[in-house]
Amino acid sequence: MIKVLKAGFYSTIQDQGRSGQRSFGVPVSGAMDLYSSEFANKLIGNEKEAAVIEMTMTGAEFQFLKPTIIAITGANMRPKLNGESISMFQSLSINFNDILSFGNVTNGFRSYIAVKGGFITESVLGSRSMSKGITETTRIIKGAVLEITNSASLLTSKNAKLKLDASFLDNDTLEVFKGPEFYELTKGLQNLLFNQTFQVSKNNNRMAYQFLPLIKNNLEPILTSPVLPGTIQLTPSGQLIVLMRDAQTTGGYPRILQLTQNSINILSQKTTGNCLKMRLKDF
Amino acid sequence: MNYKLRFSQYNECSILVEWQAIIDENILQDVLIYKNKIENNYIKQEVEVISTYNSILIIYNSTIDNVNNEFLDLKRLYNLPNTDKKVDSRTFKIPVCYDDEFGVDLVNYSKVKNLSKKKIIKSHSEVIYTVYFVGFLPGFLYLGGLDATLHLDRKITPNLNVKKGSVAIGGKQTGIYPQDSPGGWHIIGNSPIEQFNPKHNPPCFIRAGDKVKFHPISKPEYYKIQNEMNTSNFNPEKLLLHD
Repeated sequence: MIKVLKAGFYSTIQDQGRSGQRSFGVPVSGAMDLYSSEFANKLIGNEKEAAVIEMTMTGAEFQFLKPTIIAITGANMRPKLNGESISMFQSLSINFNDILSFGNVTNGFRSYIAVKGGFITESVLGSRSMSKGITETTRIIKGAVLEITNSASLLTSKNAKLKLDASFLDNDTLEVFKGPEFYELTKGLQNLLFNQTFQVSKNNNRMAYQFLPLIKNNLEPILTSPVLPGTIQLTPSGQLIVLMRDAQTTGGYPRILQLTQNSINILSQKTTGNCLKMRLKDF
Repeated sequence: MNYKLRFSQYNECSILVEWQAIIDENILQDVLIYKNKIENNYIKQEVEVISTYNSILIIYNSTIDNVNNEFLDLKRLYNLPNTDKKVDSRTFKIPVCYDDEFGVDLVNYSKVKNLSKKKIIKSHSEVIYTVYFVGFLPGFLYLGGLDATLHLDRKITPNLNVKKGSVAIGGKQTGIYPQDSPGGWHIIGNSPIEQFNPKHNPPCFIRAGDKVKFHPISKPEYYKIQNEMNTSNFNPEKLLLHD
């Protein structure tokens, strides 16, 4: 078990998400930066489906009531174990009563903690990902106790030498495919999308990221149609809305572009004011 | 059947299939029959299918290697003779209390539309609506069939907190809010029926292709049903309308 001493700015439990329920309007959810969450699990020999903690902007503080092995990946929130700085991107042994704490983010936006065997918190419709209207708890709160697996094989941490793509957090180019309504855009607007530098607006969260500046357009709304995480919609008022993991399953704005899976991970590590370019990719 | 379909790749692991962009019951039938075929016959790997008015999105669980092969398979599947002529459709009678206490916009809506409350309730509850799909929020039904006299553009400024169960009209559509949520539709009533429950499997007892009819109830009846919902095991079959 792990006791939450401080919750941080916005921390949740996430796994690979809730697939198979979208016909009922249930968002897929799951870790925003799946690359980093999977990497954390790999480092300690977990299945990639194991549930992890996702922390946003400001880290949390935990007390371990069981020995275990952990790994921390994603954004750097200056992790400390019992007050001493520790390294990210490697497996670490944790003893009974150890205190793991974090500060403000210095690079990136979302940090991940994996524990040996994964967190075994509430599972609803096949996933432990916290989600409004689905799970009873929608974020990690101070005082909560998070259950973890009792692992007999704590010392078999064989993946400690995995190689990390270190440029990942600094990447500021999003790769995109053409969306179903891409050709409704004028040639001029099509070109503009790939020459313009976009800035992440203050409206960015697990459901969607909005970009600035506005893109003036005269696209017609579409009949409400399927969307996915990574779908980029353009509203009549010119707002570019990039749907993220907690997004709704259908939408009525033109879907002009679609982020690659890896670009969703890259964007998840960006926050208000960060600048980005988009580059067209063919299938 | 035998509509002209457009197949395109949507992302690394999904394919979009589109029909002509209109809201039409025959297209809905074709969409749902095809969705069932894909879900039941696509044996190469498990897929997840999202359907809407005129499209389906097929989500594979891994990257698509050769999209042209998948297009060919999908087209062959579409052209196979249908085993079902129509998808199974059930009709649910959903109780709604149109009292001002729940229908917080009813007075204003009645003024703007120049229709009496009685007329609004009658027009709203005498139609049988078709469930086209579920989207927007978990358990939110996209219903077709709203009487043209009831159409009214959405509010310019959305409500920040529309209560769970609210029955509302927005543009040419009507629907029930399955959870507390911001929303720009005009609220004319509330239903005590919990149509979405994540602890149930499936979490939503109504699905695309079903029909819905609203049934006006009084405030005492509303609270009685709400109480039953909270205290006993709710059986949606009790809401089935039989011919």
